[in-house]
Amino acid sequence: MRAGLVRDLAAALAGLGLLIALPMLFPQPALRDFLIYFFAYGLMAMSLNLLVGLTGLVSFGHAAYFATGAYAFGLLMQSGLVPIPVAALAAVGGTALIALVVGAICVRLKEIYFSFITLAFQMFIHSIIVTWVGLTGGDQGLRGGIPRPPFLGLDLNDARVLYATCAVVFVLCILAMRQVSQSPFGYTLRMIRDNPARANFLGVDVTAMKLGIFVFAASMASVGGLILALFVSGAYPEFAFWTTSGEAIFMIMLGGMKLFLGPLVGTLLLQTLNHFVTIYTEHHGLVLGTVILVIVLGLRRGLADFLFDAIQARRARRAAALAAAAPAAFAPAPLDGRTV
Amino acid sequence: MLRVEHLSKSFGGVRATKDVSIDFPAGSLTAIIGPNGAGKTTFFNLISGHVRPDEGRVLFDGADIVGLSSLEVVRRGMARAFQVAALFPSLTVREALTAAVVSHRRGSARVLSRFPVPEAVRRADAIMEMLGLGPKAEILSANLSHGDQKLLDIGLALAMEPKVLLLDEPTAGMGPEERWRMIGKVHDLWRATGMTVLFIEHDMDIVFRIAQAIHVLKYGAVLARGTPDEIRRNQDVIDAYLGTDHRLSETVGEA
Repeated sequence: MRAGLVRDLAAALAGLGLLIALPMLFPQPALRDFLIYFFAYGLMAMSLNLLVGLTGLVSFGHAAYFATGAYAFGLLMQSGLVPIPVAALAAVGGTALIALVVGAICVRLKEIYFSFITLAFQMFIHSIIVTWVGLTGGDQGLRGGIPRPPFLGLDLNDARVLYATCAVVFVLCILAMRQVSQSPFGYTLRMIRDNPARANFLGVDVTAMKLGIFVFAASMASVGGLILALFVSGAYPEFAFWTTSGEAIFMIMLGGMKLFLGPLVGTLLLQTLNHFVTIYTEHHGLVLGTVILVIVLGLRRGLADFLFDAIQARRARRAAALAAAAPAAFAPAPLDGRTV
Repeated sequence: MLRVEHLSKSFGGVRATKDVSIDFPAGSLTAIIGPNGAGKTTFFNLISGHVRPDEGRVLFDGADIVGLSSLEVVRRGMARAFQVAALFPSLTVREALTAAVVSHRRGSARVLSRFPVPEAVRRADAIMEMLGLGPKAEILSANLSHGDQKLLDIGLALAMEPKVLLLDEPTAGMGPEERWRMIGKVHDLWRATGMTVLFIEHDMDIVFRIAQAIHVLKYGAVLARGTPDEIRRNQDVIDAYLGTDHRLSETVGEA
């Protein structure tokens, strides 16, 4: 209710404050660059988790929308016809439209069939990007740079302004996703995840709800792609390749899907690994694979979920000890890893 | 309120429902009984729009609802609870009921408000009160006892404010004492709300005690119908239940 919204807003403000303060405390440009990558991939992982963790839809093709966001934005900016905010909104809107069409087909399928058809559509979009050389530059990517004309007094050619703008957009998107996951719609999605047949018998239009979250998640992923395009001043077909979707799934696996911010923890982990391991060895895939194996087999859940469960278990033990000390008190209900 | 006419359904060569015609007057409490495999659950699936009948009509509030999706049937006011409680394991009792109420009030797509919506919670709390689930409000559905899971399943159906409630074996898997408690609650519910209630039940004592009308299904067809007293004296029913059904099995060709 109100209290929840206020708490989320406060958390978002605090988070934004931290993100703005970090580069001031550590002014190396490398940190800013690292964080912008974190924003871009974080939005992709977080939005994918709206499908995987919240609705139980494992999409293997989420990077398609990351890429359409990047390309649409890049192409619009290169056309020189529109200012940045309009191009951004159009890119997100365009991605939403594509997702509406693709989703209308995909969400009718269940489980592994859903996963594979999303993957198929992603490869379809990837091959359009690679083969339509005249528009997209093919496998060379969108070349010639993406201009950043100033708007509303903001000059994104200044690296600090660019960073701050990306941080604000990132936090706003996270906040929007939080609101969706805590809304009646979000709880309807939990019903669908747990038991779609029963949800249907309770008057939930399961297909429409799935389509709704599919489009929203795709839109949020496109903002991630847009941030990356803005930052690297280009767009590449790898954005739409299946490995990018795979990375988003890794991020969710590493961080955890039960806690709302779990995928961000995973993004941070994976980005850090990618960033530092590649400095020391070219076999970074091997290191990455090992870490993922250790987390998946060792913790059997994402890192954030593991820590959350551990804290909950400790609280439960302490409460049990208290109850044992004061036998008159009622034993508390068992706390276990529930979705928050 | 609800009337089925000449309902038939086959799965491959198995005729699960054979020319069943039953009238359920508004506000009645009717039991559907029959041995295992008699087609009772199929019958519920046919009326609730889950499975489409091959032939026949289902008249609900005067309109034929055959061919409507289960979603549309629910929205017209027919809700059901399941033989194996169909719940949402990761939601608490209160959350699940509130989400069901939200769905009933067409609020499932709202993204700007926060869950739980106070008005929906009030209704959910009233349902918990009615079923005696109040003390379990904050427990995860997955961690409820078997009996409470069955109650919650009924509660979810009640959130639809149904005119007709279908209960598929509300006492399945319960011990004798728990059965009576459960059926007592169903009976109270029926009296308190005035709904038309159909229930499937195996325990004859329970059926004879509370049902107004009983319909006995066997091999998908109506074997007998009547008041508890009539059914108690019906020779066909006695045969079917006491296992001396060689007369019938000869004609049907099944043991």
